[in-house]
Amino acid sequence: MAEQYVAAVDQGTNSTRCILFDRRGRLVSVAQREHHQLFPRPGWVEHDAGEIWNNVTRVVPGAIKQIGASPAQIVAIGIANQRETSLLWDRLTGRPIGHAVTWQDTRTDRLVTELAGTEGPDRFAELCGLPLTTYFSAPRIKWMLDHTPGLRQRAERGEILFGTMESWLIWNFTGGAKGGLHATDVTNASRTMLMNIETLEWDDRLLEAFDVPRAILPEIRPSSGVFATATEVLPGVRIGAALGDQQAALFGQTCFSAGEAKCTYGTGSFLLLHTGQEIVRSKHGMLTTVAYQIGDHPASYALEGSMAVTGSLVQWFRDGLGMIHTAAEIETLARTVEDNGGAYIVPAFSGLFAPHWRSEARGVIAGLTGYITKGHLARAVLEATGFQTLEVVDAMNADSGIALTALKVDGGMTANNLLMQFLADLLDVRVVRPMVTETVSLGAAYAAGLAVGYWPDLEGLRSNWHRAGQWMPHMDPARRKTEYANWQAAVQRTFNWIRPEDQEL
Amino acid sequence: MPGTVQSIERAAAVLRLLAAAPDGLGVADLGNALGLAKTTVHGILRTLHQVGFVEQDHSGAHYHLSDAFGRLGESYLDPNELRSRAINWADSLASRSGEVVRVGRLVEGKVVVVHHVFRPDDSDQDLDVGTTLPPHATALGKAVLAYDASGASRPHKLEAFTTRTITDPARLAEELAAVRARGWASEFEEHTVELASIAAPIRGLGGLVVGAVGLAGRVERICDSRLRHRADLVTMVRATAEAIARDLREDA
Repeated sequence: MAEQYVAAVDQGTNSTRCILFDRRGRLVSVAQREHHQLFPRPGWVEHDAGEIWNNVTRVVPGAIKQIGASPAQIVAIGIANQRETSLLWDRLTGRPIGHAVTWQDTRTDRLVTELAGTEGPDRFAELCGLPLTTYFSAPRIKWMLDHTPGLRQRAERGEILFGTMESWLIWNFTGGAKGGLHATDVTNASRTMLMNIETLEWDDRLLEAFDVPRAILPEIRPSSGVFATATEVLPGVRIGAALGDQQAALFGQTCFSAGEAKCTYGTGSFLLLHTGQEIVRSKHGMLTTVAYQIGDHPASYALEGSMAVTGSLVQWFRDGLGMIHTAAEIETLARTVEDNGGAYIVPAFSGLFAPHWRSEARGVIAGLTGYITKGHLARAVLEATGFQTLEVVDAMNADSGIALTALKVDGGMTANNLLMQFLADLLDVRVVRPMVTETVSLGAAYAAGLAVGYWPDLEGLRSNWHRAGQWMPHMDPARRKTEYANWQAAVQRTFNWIRPEDQEL
Repeated sequence: MPGTVQSIERAAAVLRLLAAAPDGLGVADLGNALGLAKTTVHGILRTLHQVGFVEQDHSGAHYHLSDAFGRLGESYLDPNELRSRAINWADSLASRSGEVVRVGRLVEGKVVVVHHVFRPDDSDQDLDVGTTLPPHATALGKAVLAYDASGASRPHKLEAFTTRTITDPARLAEELAAVRARGWASEFEEHTVELASIAAPIRGLGGLVVGAVGLAGRVERICDSRLRHRADLVTMVRATAEAIARDLREDA
């Protein structure tokens, strides 16, 4: 019998990829297509959902063709997706209503401040686990419904569907306007601010607060479990899983027990700590989120610390400043100097994420002197990711009461040895890279394979995990302390940059 | 006798014009100056851009010579770029073979380890990225040495690590010729007793060897009962080198 594979579709912020995995969790082929980032106004970031679906229809056959396999060898599709990016589409025609508004988009700044009112940004945290910020879907849905004439009425009549990207993909995989399934999973739903974090259902109090008609919302399903059988792209293949990308990475790193944590270093970076079936409420700016739900088992939860700008700071250094030709060259440039020379870059490009949650903050380069060369700036760019991680780890240790002993890392930036060593030095823990750095896709594949019986259980998946690299800490504690203090001083200087009267509706 | 290659003549003319224009030139400027169609000029510029000889300004409208053109003798591929392109494929090789995987490149007569993937048995291992290996005594080294045309980076004195290390330059030359003939390199207890290794060159644009990828492990796992390097491992190593090379050529 021909070898069988699971196809993971990772619908990310910059690109859509399809990766095939074999039974031992090994990557066998990859196909990828980037999509356009649309910036219609300052602070607005959109995607063309039609373009994204079109990319899916190309990368999936592409990955299969690459190894000369046939579609019949695919046992399941697992979807991982950029989270919180929100789309409305027409139920009858299947056409998107405008562009998808991404998680980086800050157009709801003012709306969020209004919604917070006198009760503050945490007014819904008890219900949904999240603070009010521009990153989550609900304010964005309200904005879209309020800013397109007649749309709210159509939404109330049931003519409009809402979804994050996994819903858009599932709907299109299952026929779109011709009977497509309108569904989401608990992890993606947990990022909307509309789902009750305890009941795992849409909560009327939240729907009312955000003015979102129930008729537009998808059905909430477990993350791992057969959603439906595809009729498009891979007809006859079951869609076995959908998870938000960071939850997928946690799953791919096989963090199945309370206390296990991973950090994924990409455009933004996300540290998730598994808290078991317990809902931990953070006092230090971490988010409470659903980690995953397997079939009819109880859901597992996680604490999450998100850093908005990490890999994208390297991209800015490359494209915005033209200091390097490729992202990887930053390490070469950074190694031309011994240290940061006293310079610190705080990349609060669209505010600061965890643990600060300051949407009015904007970035600074602090400690500039005539001594600073582009080599020092390259170091400061990489170190910014290290310092942001330390802030999140500190906060998480305080919330969970358990000190992190090792950090499992993944994502594109783990190819950067200088950064990985800096992380180990700064956090003073082992930093461990798994054999498969594509953990987002791997997690989607694992969850889908589990749903169709390709893998028997979580223990089977755990035995696939192997260490590919490890960095040990050896920074002088005094230096660590000074560096962190300098960084914190630089962070202070980003606060209160955008004043409320500067914002447009 | 074969004729000359017209596209190279044209590319040379483009390079001369760009070298003489400090502010850079557009496609139309070059087309007019050379009497060539815009599509032809565009194709030449794209290729020159891909090989790193010309750069585009921010608007994308003007081209100028890149700094790299003045430093042709240096490696055109950044070592960290090589690692980031190789990482997925190297991981895959380690998990399939169950052995340690390294990516290396030749720098001043030594093989510098650019990337290192642990043997996937979760035992204690230390990352050795940035350390050097003797090129004549490792498969990784032979795989790059075999394609080093300069000779300048060839080791002058062949140090012996075991009784099997090749220390005779003539024998090394034969060994390297054999590597070129079959397209992969091997080593058997030449660096460390009881260890063996297999490696294959990674070819970038134009066939230029930019480094090598290989695996190393205990003799009984790397070789068959007749002490020959296992064919299945050789196939895996070569496929990995080709996959990395394809990645480098496609996205250059």
